[in-house]
Amino acid sequence: MPARVVTLQIDGRDVTARDDQMLIEVARESDIRIPKLCYVSGLSSYGGCRMCLVEVEGTSKLLAACTTAVTEGMQVRTVTPRLTEYRRMILEMLFAERNHVCSVCVSNGHCDMQWLAQHLGIDHIRFPYVYPNLPVDASHDRFVLDQNRCILCTRCVRVCQEIEGAHTWDVMGRGAQSLVITDLAQPWGESESCTSCGKCVQVCPTGALSEKGRSVAEMSKRREFLPYLTMMRGETGNE
Amino acid sequence: MSQRIVIDPVTRIEGHAKVTIQLGDDGQVADARLHITQLRGFEKFCENRPFYEMPSLMARICGICPVSHLIASSKACDAILGVNIPPNAARLRRIMNLAQILQSHALSVFHLSSPDLLLGMDSPPENRHIFGVAAVAPEVARDGIRLRQIGQQIIEMLGGKRIHPAWVVPGGVSSPLAEEKRDHIQAMLPDGIAALQRTLDRFRGLFQRFPEEMASFANFPSLFLGLTDGSGKLEYYDGPLRIVGADGAVVADHLRAQDYPDYMSEVAEDDSYLKSAFYKPLGYPDGIYRVGPLARLNLVTNCGTPLADHELGLLRTFAGSPLLGSFHYHHARLIEMLHVIERMHELLSDPDVLSPHVRAFAEPNCEEGVGMSEAPRGTLLHHYKVDRNGLMRWANLIIATGHNNLAMNRGVKQAATYFVRDGKLSEGALNRVEAVVRAFDPCLSCSTHAIGQMPLDIDLRDASGALLDNCRRG
Repeated sequence: MPARVVTLQIDGRDVTARDDQMLIEVARESDIRIPKLCYVSGLSSYGGCRMCLVEVEGTSKLLAACTTAVTEGMQVRTVTPRLTEYRRMILEMLFAERNHVCSVCVSNGHCDMQWLAQHLGIDHIRFPYVYPNLPVDASHDRFVLDQNRCILCTRCVRVCQEIEGAHTWDVMGRGAQSLVITDLAQPWGESESCTSCGKCVQVCPTGALSEKGRSVAEMSKRREFLPYLTMMRGETGNE
Repeated sequence: MSQRIVIDPVTRIEGHAKVTIQLGDDGQVADARLHITQLRGFEKFCENRPFYEMPSLMARICGICPVSHLIASSKACDAILGVNIPPNAARLRRIMNLAQILQSHALSVFHLSSPDLLLGMDSPPENRHIFGVAAVAPEVARDGIRLRQIGQQIIEMLGGKRIHPAWVVPGGVSSPLAEEKRDHIQAMLPDGIAALQRTLDRFRGLFQRFPEEMASFANFPSLFLGLTDGSGKLEYYDGPLRIVGADGAVVADHLRAQDYPDYMSEVAEDDSYLKSAFYKPLGYPDGIYRVGPLARLNLVTNCGTPLADHELGLLRTFAGSPLLGSFHYHHARLIEMLHVIERMHELLSDPDVLSPHVRAFAEPNCEEGVGMSEAPRGTLLHHYKVDRNGLMRWANLIIATGHNNLAMNRGVKQAATYFVRDGKLSEGALNRVEAVVRAFDPCLSCSTHAIGQMPLDIDLRDASGALLDNCRRG
């Protein structure tokens, strides 16, 4: 069935959209920026980070803008004290969960999570840090995986499967103990499926995946290729 | 507009220390010890991190001398990469290291020690700070603040920020020097020279008003250790190590950083988290040596720049050579400041300083690397071992303050013996015991990485160990 055009309100602004579009995408087209960590344009939505939660009139639940399709007459609020408080809390939990030390990170100054923390005015973490003892996998010739900085957004998993078609990355374990892995939890350098294309590194929102040889604060990510690649290869893997 | 200035805590040393003075049966000082009461965990928590994080991580050891750690750490990383860095990268690192020495020495001389020198060792403690100095000698305080500012601004212009710049990286530096920044730095240097000449003219005579302190502040024979340029001139960035004796004779020369376990060793003592380094062939504690400004001036034939050489000549004429009293550290620091400005001017005058070729790239080719350089307080050594992927397996840091630990302890005892009389601690005596430590300009946060804030604390104990008196600052 062809998509229909619907009209809705985001933060009091009237916008039109196709009814197969997700809220986050429609907001972005109208220059309304909803915070996000796991969503990246050009990949399927995962709805894991909960940064893009919005309030929708008529439901008491908060909805993730990356997994909520627009409907006719929808009234959406993207910035409210309640949303800000939840976003801050979630982000603080992410910081507390692993070892995010910006000052010595390759992505310092180029990190989605750091930007978001600054945007939300986070200057301290109210939860005790967990300080897990997590490994760094530097076995790949060109790239490094630092589990300490991984927020389990699965962007690497999705880009590898949906765009590169290699499915080298996946997630192992449960809950906070989950880890992203290459192949069957083998060292990345020994992975037979990895094509060393580097897309995972470029979409990673933090310094968890970086290029070797980059020093502190030198790892800025290039993501412009994604929309083009997605367009060239047809439908995204929203299966 | 109202202004609020808070001074808290007042310590005038970098970091946190405690002194214990032990009295014998006769009521005289039998022993005195300097305890560094905080633990440094850097060698341990860097394990399993990628080696290329080390310069930035190790720089966090200190907020005063991050550049020194950046330099030593990057040199260790260069050795792990197995590369010779481009000549201009070395030149730019050298300039930043010199700027670091300028700003740190300014802090030590003006902010921390000049209150003792200008106001007197017995002046009221509440006035002994840079604002106290500004009240009686505003031009001195202004010069000190300006000199520190020049050093800090050069660091910022090179590295993008004053504290913990990430610009010094394994293989070189991350960006070349722009012409306008070079010109800006050059334009600041004459100001620094003028400020130092004013200060030296004033302090040369001032130092002579402290004969007791000169005689009793760690004034004893020891070895002196530091880098030279290979021909006997001052060197801070890279060069062979030289050791001279108390008579000025060269004990060892052209020592290489990577061979340090052959000639340098450390012991941990029960009452301090700061290890004591000693010259291995003489053993512990006979292998006592000093590092830092005084040691460097004792072991070179000359500085290598005209103004500093003139000042060194005056000092040697007045006080002899080598200088054994640690009170002369202050004077040595001023001469070094003059030298580093002259040296920066030389380096910046080289047209190649604008060369864009400032970085070598390589994979880790060696599993071990040692980096050695001169920090403001003395020789700094970083030694790393990595696995074949470049992840840190082991690290050892020998910090300037550790080299000086044996000498500081002996100096504290010497001063305590001289100034603590009849089992009582006077305010002036307390300050002099502190001032011995201050003369070395120890960076206790560097040497142990301090957590929390604890001011200098002195216990006076009798032969049975019972507490007789205690003085506490802060």
